Amino acid sequence: MTPILSTSALSKHYFHRDGLIMALNDISISVTEGSFVTITGPSGSGKTTLLMALSGLIRPTSGKIYFKEQILDTDNDRALVEFRKKYTGFIMQNFSLIPYMTAMQNVLLPLSLNGLSAENQKLRAVELLDLAGLGNRMNHYPRELSAGQQQRVAIARALANKPAIIFADEPTGNLDPQLSVEILNLLKDINEKNRITIFMVTHSPAASAYGNVAIRLNNGQIIN
Amino acid sequence: MKIFNLVWLELGQRKGQLVSGILAITLGIAVIVAIRSISLVSEKAVAINLDNLGANIMVLPQGATIDNYYSADIDAPTIPEEYVERILTSSLQGVDNLSPKLTRRVDIGDQKFVLTGIIPANELASKPLWQSAGLFGAELAASCGENPQNESLGYKDEKLQRKSIDSLSMADCLLGYSAAQKLGLKEGDALTIMGNELKVSKVLTETGTIDDDRVFAHLKTVQNILGIQGQISAIEIMGCCNAISDGLLGQLRNILPDTRITTIGQIVSTQIKTNQLMNQISLIILIIILIVGGISIGNYMWANVNERKKEIGILRMIGFHKSSIYSMLLIKAVFMGLVGGLAGYIAGALIAWFLGPTLAGINVVPIPLLLLYSVLLAAGIAVVGSLLPAYFASRFEPYSNMQEI
Repeated sequence: MTPILSTSALSKHYFHRDGLIMALNDISISVTEGSFVTITGPSGSGKTTLLMALSGLIRPTSGKIYFKEQILDTDNDRALVEFRKKYTGFIMQNFSLIPYMTAMQNVLLPLSLNGLSAENQKLRAVELLDLAGLGNRMNHYPRELSAGQQQRVAIARALANKPAIIFADEPTGNLDPQLSVEILNLLKDINEKNRITIFMVTHSPAASAYGNVAIRLNNGQIIN
Repeated sequence: MKIFNLVWLELGQRKGQLVSGILAITLGIAVIVAIRSISLVSEKAVAINLDNLGANIMVLPQGATIDNYYSADIDAPTIPEEYVERILTSSLQGVDNLSPKLTRRVDIGDQKFVLTGIIPANELASKPLWQSAGLFGAELAASCGENPQNESLGYKDEKLQRKSIDSLSMADCLLGYSAAQKLGLKEGDALTIMGNELKVSKVLTETGTIDDDRVFAHLKTVQNILGIQGQISAIEIMGCCNAISDGLLGQLRNILPDTRITTIGQIVSTQIKTNQLMNQISLIILIIILIVGGISIGNYMWANVNERKKEIGILRMIGFHKSSIYSMLLIKAVFMGLVGGLAGYIAGALIAWFLGPTLAGINVVPIPLLLLYSVLLAAGIAVVGSLLPAYFASRFEPYSNMQEI
């Protein structure tokens, strides 16, 4: 099966006054479409750095990233923006919602970038918020929503442009266990029904159990 | 959702900051508008006053002095009358009226008088004191630029306005008040000058000037009497004060290179200096406000983009290009500039309206053109001040919203 995302000898180094930090070191992975990938490891092991590199949020120091066997031009900002816009969705631990926009407006943000008419954008946003169980909270601001509801808005936004891959960074990190289960179930549902590949960084063994591909990192290297 | 919507939503989010940012622009523009309104109206008022004082530029023969002109000696140099046509047919702006004159000292009986050849209507226009005597019908007021009063008289075209108008008969003369006393003549009497008989059509009211001792006749008549056809002693010009400061004298010298061109009295030069000083002060204040306004807006934008770092990171993460972030911040700057410029214009016009009578002794009405300049200038300041912060904001990394790297 054709991998949706793969890397070859991917490395990310930072220069720090104490010396060179090798956040990622020689990472080579290959993930097929529809996988639910969990990235685990101790703090500082490079989990989030790997997620950001794979999603085009940061440029690797060396190595290559392939999206559907096409090399991703990580030196070209426009190419990375287009990759993120068309093929990815993001779910973050801190929800990353714009505080002065309603749930509806937050979901409309990525939709406004894909050329849909205003009416179709709105229809799609309503559909996604309904899917996320927020049909009656569309005009609520993030501050008026619970943590779980905010994360559902983030999930609806991540799905807006029908992405091929969703990158989730500790999506249940700020949620209580019950809400965590709800969110993880929703992600699993999205993964299975829509065949959207998910990369999820997590500390939680319970959360990592939802994945079907596991990447364990330590000191910037894969250990399994 | 368009970029405009994003800007609008964000503007409503930080109202306090927004108001303080706009206030900085408003105050700066208000100061400029107030100063410019007062100085522009003041310049116009002074220009009208100068017009009322009479001619302020003299075109004399090369090497001649004002004393030569007033003494009107028999051998005083002359210039061709054709020079008047040169000025009339030129495209010079700021020449309100021309009075070509030929003056010579002549004997009438056993007394000496200065015989002055004039073109009457022009002479009237440059002699407000004569105008008050009600000679030759309607007055011909002069001022800088177009004059509605002249338009009503049918002189809409400035060149037409400058053309010589002959309404004094070739056989008539005017007597200055003192000259009439000395000669013992009154209106309707005959006066013989060098064998030529002229009818006294009017005795002028006393002006307290050298004109009281003069005998005035049509320029052509005087040229015939003196036998110096086609020649004049001087051209008196009413020049617009602003035009003089803008280089009217130099332009006249280009047209009439073999003449001596000078301004009359200290009045014009003093006023020119005052106007120039006002303009320089306005310019200095403008520069200060440009710098201070730009820095204020820049400061506001720096604070704003730093506060919005996470939010900009989110936008970048979900697929906004750097150029979109840049545009978003510049649109915000333009909006602030437009609002600040409009508010500044209104505040400045009100300040000028209140303070004009106290500071400059004039009533200042709002100048609509300054509204256009205000909003353009304010938007320009806001954009320039925001360029750098917007540039740096557009370079925020898309992971700026994440907690961990």
